[in-house]
Amino acid sequence: MNFDPLVPLLLIASSLVPGLIIFTLPEDLRGLRTALNLLGASVKLLLVAVMLWGVNHGHTYETEISFLPGLDLTLRAAPLPMLFVTLSAVLWLVTTIYAVGYLEGSPNRGRFFGFFSLCVSSTVGIAMAGDLLTFLVFYEMLTLTTYPLVVHRGTRQALQAGRTYLAYTLGGSVLLLLGIAWLYTLTGDLCFKEAGRLADLPAEYTPTLRLIFAMLILGLGVKAALVPLHGWLPQAMVAPAPVSALLHAVAVVKAGAFGIVRVVSDIYGIEFADRLGVLMPLAVAASVTIVYGSIRALAQDDLKRRLAFSTVSQVSYIALGIALGTPLATIGGLVHLVHQGLMKITLFFCAGNLAERLRICRISEMDGTGRKMPWTMGTFTVGALGMIGVPPIAGFVSKWYLATGALEAGQAWVIGVLAASSLLNAAYFLPILYRAWFRPPTGRVAQCEPAAGVEIAWSLLLPPLTTAVLALGAGLLAASGFSPLAWAKVITVREFGL
Amino acid sequence: MNTPFAGLWAVLLVGLPLLLAVGAYVAGRRIRPILVWIVPLVMAGMVTGLIHGLIDQGPLHYEIGGWTPPLGITWHIDGLATAMLAVTVLVMGAVCAYAPSYFAGSIKTASAEKTKLFWPLTYLLWAALNALFLSADVFNLYVTLELLTLGSVVLIVLAGTTDSVAAALRYLVLGLMASLFYLMGVALLYASYGTLDMATLGGQLQQDPLTWTAASLMIVGLLIKTALFPMHFWLPPAHAGAPAPVSALLSALVVKASFYLVLRLWFDLFRPVAPAPAAQFLGALGACAVLWGAIQALRADRLKTLIAYSTVAQLGYLFLLFPLSSAPAVAKTAWLGVILFALSHALAKAAMFLAAGRIQQLAHEDRLDRLTGIGQCAPLALSATALAGVSLIGLPPTGGFAGKWMLLVAGVESGQWWWALVVVMGGLLTAGYLFRFWAIAIAASEHPSQRAPVNWRMELPPFMLGVAAVLIVFLATHVAQLLEIGAAFPIGGSGEVAP
Repeated sequence: MNFDPLVPLLLIASSLVPGLIIFTLPEDLRGLRTALNLLGASVKLLLVAVMLWGVNHGHTYETEISFLPGLDLTLRAAPLPMLFVTLSAVLWLVTTIYAVGYLEGSPNRGRFFGFFSLCVSSTVGIAMAGDLLTFLVFYEMLTLTTYPLVVHRGTRQALQAGRTYLAYTLGGSVLLLLGIAWLYTLTGDLCFKEAGRLADLPAEYTPTLRLIFAMLILGLGVKAALVPLHGWLPQAMVAPAPVSALLHAVAVVKAGAFGIVRVVSDIYGIEFADRLGVLMPLAVAASVTIVYGSIRALAQDDLKRRLAFSTVSQVSYIALGIALGTPLATIGGLVHLVHQGLMKITLFFCAGNLAERLRICRISEMDGTGRKMPWTMGTFTVGALGMIGVPPIAGFVSKWYLATGALEAGQAWVIGVLAASSLLNAAYFLPILYRAWFRPPTGRVAQCEPAAGVEIAWSLLLPPLTTAVLALGAGLLAASGFSPLAWAKVITVREFGL
Repeated sequence: MNTPFAGLWAVLLVGLPLLLAVGAYVAGRRIRPILVWIVPLVMAGMVTGLIHGLIDQGPLHYEIGGWTPPLGITWHIDGLATAMLAVTVLVMGAVCAYAPSYFAGSIKTASAEKTKLFWPLTYLLWAALNALFLSADVFNLYVTLELLTLGSVVLIVLAGTTDSVAAALRYLVLGLMASLFYLMGVALLYASYGTLDMATLGGQLQQDPLTWTAASLMIVGLLIKTALFPMHFWLPPAHAGAPAPVSALLSALVVKASFYLVLRLWFDLFRPVAPAPAAQFLGALGACAVLWGAIQALRADRLKTLIAYSTVAQLGYLFLLFPLSSAPAVAKTAWLGVILFALSHALAKAAMFLAAGRIQQLAHEDRLDRLTGIGQCAPLALSATALAGVSLIGLPPTGGFAGKWMLLVAGVESGQWWWALVVVMGGLLTAGYLFRFWAIAIAASEHPSQRAPVNWRMELPPFMLGVAAVLIVFLATHVAQLLEIGAAFPIGGSGEVAP
């Protein structure tokens, strides 16, 4: 019997089922809940490994589920989905460990971990979606399952952030839904296909296709935090640290960026989109976002807010890479999907550790933190330098490919954007590093008693260490066959038919 | 055609609840367990049997006692009718399982005298609903309609508050007026065509002022009962004031029954003779209902009022069918979409009201500003509202989404963009008022209350209905196949978009 069609379903079930069970568990069954979480995350990782092996050996993993009349839900493993699935499976395991440690003793943990698991199931669904409707189904599930996480603390501020989050994302959904319905009436089919599927539509549809493109990108741009649709993201940082990590690195923002990649490359096709002339506006929007996000980040004193604006800026590298429309730039954009995730999740874990151990969340209070928490701040440094683009950390690789891709496309102005962004990144990250390592401890940092053993619980220290090592490894070993870069190259070769 | 059992099931589907309505009144508490547990299961079995019969043999035409029209009573059983019967069984089953615990625990309605009436009336309502779905005769329909209204009015009064009595009386007056309109229309039709059988009438209708008057009277009467904007004002106090299980029945089934009749009359009888602007006008009223109901729900200060206004809004969607189906290419898509929407709304809205009843019982009231943090006391009831609510908003993957998607596609494909916009705007507004409640329910409460032990008999039925409202989307293809059996759709459209 062929088990291949079951694998994508199992991949989703590996987090969906534990999530649903966790909802039914009493609050005080901490051990069982943690075991379920870790079991689910490990099974998922295992399945991903199996699929990676299988995809390389010519297996096709494809599942169809009966849905609307004439429209099935399809899940399909291909190189591009596998890139995102692998990222989310790895980071889910890490974030779960972190969240277990971080939420120790806080109320409503059952609800938290339940939605947390549903959130990851949705992300995997988004990644594996074989057509635009399936994508939409999981995309909306993600919106719904992240809302309870954003408002988890139930404070007035959290509820306000939740309202803003919903207003933005549901507004975006409306555009997305209309765009998809319109596309469906034109083509009668919404399947993703490498190099796109719209190129053979008659020329008279060109204006309509442009309009639909705008609707889809605006709809997706909300989650991808394209300026001016980014307003919800800095507010959502009131959520607990593991949620921020999830929002910024694995799930929500990435889902938006991944959606943009899929629409451009697998619905329109990069080359056809280029001919339609819709890529240039997208590149400009992404560039504006990159610079604007960085400038806003400069002015923030709250560490998580600064990181949030940094996300606004960094995620648009992905859209920029796709929008430049050349193979090298596409590689840069795709690989940044992974690299940004690894680096940003490290930074958020560290911010959570600072808040947890030293009770500080402002940059002005961070003097001397490096001496009190060297491991945490060490990983933070790796993440921050990577964001700036210092070799050999992963961020450098993305920027290198983006820059060469821009030259290949004859868009030299993009180099200016990238340079400005790197300078701004340095301007808002280096002062933090300076404070942490070179200033003497003051305020709460100084009062903090040295810890007996290691600086903070292992469950809070191992996750950032792991992701920092991965970020470093992704950069150092970029040329090897197993790196995100190698995978991004495979995807790009297939997309462009090289 | 050989119909050994299907006809029997159909007769029993009306006869059994009718018999038990009498039985429940006479025997009181003694047959309560039968009413609560056994009958819904038996009824579900019979509906399943009927559906099987339908799939095997196609639409069934059944003459009671062997008398043919114009003398006898005829029943017509097609996919749409059985779908409505099925959703009725689901909602009724949930309500029957829920009600004993509700009436035992609620203070205002504790008097045994009043709850004694609940069972006979509920079963009477069930018989009336089933008869209505099966009838193929415009006068017969009038009788069932009248039974429904009277049963509903008395059920509302069971709440025992002055407000509910006032609401019930208003409902009674309007309901009777509506019935009168309908009856006048029936009389006019009978005077000019000499028959009341829908199949016979269908082929004969002429485009003349008399037919138009009859059609208008009948449709307007039904629109009042369906609470279409601006004739909706009786609904919110009545549905919000009734005891929770009754609210569920009214919002999920009773208003759908009159809509079902509009649907039947329009597609089986009046569509060929109706002037085109009439369809657009109905659609416009529906759009107003979507917006107005949502705005009122946003302003509501009680949970049950919010849910009741949501019904006003969601009923509005159903009327978008009339303009959308006037474009032949998408008529079937729109028709399937609206029925899927109506079915999932029935499940979702019943879940909402039942869960609200539980929440109201725990909080001792349902003013929204007193419900802060109630989710921690009743997590299962809250998740029931969440599942049902997502379906009401129409987010995927839920039954509500299936309906909205098909309406959207119909709107866009036929170039009637404005209706598509109404569909998505309505979804946003629904999200607006539902998240208003959810944000309150999951907020951190200043006085953390103890997590009450789960009352399974009150929380599981709404939860299961919520699950059904979500999962029905995975049956959408099968439901569509069932609905196509005997559907009045000779005109174009394959239900799928041509590439």
